[in-house]
Amino acid sequence: MPLPLLVPALLGTAFLVLPLLGLLVRAPWSNLWPQLTQPAVGQALRLSLLSATLATLVSLVLGVPIAWVLARSTIRGRSVLRALVTVPLVLPPVVGGVALFLVLGRQGILGRWLYETFDYTIPFTTTAVVIAETFVAMPFLVISVEGALRAADARFEDAAATLGADRWTTFRRVTLPLVAPGVAAGAVLCWARALGEFGATITFAGNFPGTTQTMPLAVYLALQSNPEGAIVLSLVLLFVSLATLLLLRDRWLGRSAVPS
Amino acid sequence: MTLRAHVVVRRGTLLVDVDLAVAPGEVLAVLGPNGAGKSTVLRVLAGLLVPDGGRVTIGDDLWDSPEQHVPAHERPLGMVFQDHLLFPHLSTTDNVAFGLRTRGVAKAQARRTADEWLQRVGLEGFGDRRPTQLSGGQAQRAALARALVGEPRLLLLDEPLSALDARTRLTVRAELRRHLAAFAGCTVLVSHDPVDAMALADRVVVVEDGRVVQEGTPAEVARTPRTDYVARLVGLSLLPGTATGTVVELDGGGRVATGEDATGPVFVAVRPGTVSLYLARPDGSPRNVWPATLVAATPHGSTVRCDLDGEVPLTADVTATAFAELGLLPGAPVWASVKASEVAVYPR
Repeated sequence: MPLPLLVPALLGTAFLVLPLLGLLVRAPWSNLWPQLTQPAVGQALRLSLLSATLATLVSLVLGVPIAWVLARSTIRGRSVLRALVTVPLVLPPVVGGVALFLVLGRQGILGRWLYETFDYTIPFTTTAVVIAETFVAMPFLVISVEGALRAADARFEDAAATLGADRWTTFRRVTLPLVAPGVAAGAVLCWARALGEFGATITFAGNFPGTTQTMPLAVYLALQSNPEGAIVLSLVLLFVSLATLLLLRDRWLGRSAVPS
Repeated sequence: MTLRAHVVVRRGTLLVDVDLAVAPGEVLAVLGPNGAGKSTVLRVLAGLLVPDGGRVTIGDDLWDSPEQHVPAHERPLGMVFQDHLLFPHLSTTDNVAFGLRTRGVAKAQARRTADEWLQRVGLEGFGDRRPTQLSGGQAQRAALARALVGEPRLLLLDEPLSALDARTRLTVRAELRRHLAAFAGCTVLVSHDPVDAMALADRVVVVEDGRVVQEGTPAEVARTPRTDYVARLVGLSLLPGTATGTVVELDGGGRVATGEDATGPVFVAVRPGTVSLYLARPDGSPRNVWPATLVAATPHGSTVRCDLDGEVPLTADVTATAFAELGLLPGAPVWASVKASEVAVYPR
């Protein structure tokens, strides 16, 4: 292996791994259980898991159809649609939060109508958390599922059509089962992204324990008042991330070359 | 329930414009080189591709016209694809039952009928297997069962044998022939292999560059090819010319004596096996002797196929022994001879 490649590769790996090792070294292992069982931690964790799962479900319901339109339909302006849908991928999440606030806030275009018609406001509720997370995480699902759809052989859909299946039946009975692994991977990725969401959430939903304070927000807050607690919360998130990686290992860690 | 189709599709620079008619129970083979537009025609018949013009009807039902397009899933048809396209996530039985389920047959009934069909194509006991657990021949049989299970009015076969190895191909071809004989609807088979087309079809349509160039029974097409492509497929040398009595003046120069009288524009067809090669001009008085140059020689079983260039371009099949005795190398001058009575002549 040439040295000019090997040395930066080792340095880069160290750079990625050392901070996580530092987290493990600094963890208050003796004091772990009491920290973990604090009601605030459980509350934040429950809220995080719930909102990330809801955001993933919403993303599946809305995102899979978007992916289908991008991969299969012949409507014009698909590239524009793809660009629009993937903007949240590159947009700073805080900007996403501000944008959501301007549209769905009480003075927002849609928010005012909601408030005046139903006397309902979204910001600073758990719903807002889910909306913020969906906004940021759904593009990951769309991109992943679109890739799976493009990789799947569309001629199976032709075969289904000659067997009397309309496009909706074909989607349900042929396309979706064929791309199920891709959808699952996209959902896990989406869930992990939603779980770690910070910027859009704190901007649009605020930071209220029990209703909008998710784990990342709790970590950030604890770092100022209770650093030990922040480390413990970070450990929990690290553990969840590693579990996610394990779930996706077949797809990402090079085992996908082996036919199932 | 005759299928009548006039299919017009523009594909880049290729304009496909093909007329077809298939009677119930009849098997029509669409034969042609790759890229001739035959699969395009099949996709239009299937309803998978909206044609740019023309009209497709079956019996009294209009499937395609400039005003109307019946989508694939509303056409009572079955289609067999080159690489079977069995759904990998379904068992073989569920694959075969698929077309019944989409058309509203209850699950248990659909599976029962599917298993009956699997039995019919010789796959009894394979119903629980996934398509990946079937051999190529078995998968293609299952695909045939899946296409036929709904008792379609039109059966479309897209190169159904070309993905199979030679031995499997032989047995599946024989079975396919049997099932086609029992099938009451119209069948359109697309192939670039003349053997498949000749063995399976009642009638052959040859398509080149998007046009029908020849049509007839397999025997007619094999005996009297009308284009170089068909002639090559059936192994004949095709020479266009103008006949006066038993002499044909070829368009490319040279003349050929024939056994039969003819007048006007004709094709002369020469079977390679009837052409003899000599190093010197043969003695006696054969009427057809031409000087030529050996362009290429390829072993072909126990014979050597010799491509000749000259006034009369021909292909000659000589035995390997004869070829060795001649000691010919490419570029060598040679005399070619064929008996007038061995030459076929038919109007253009």
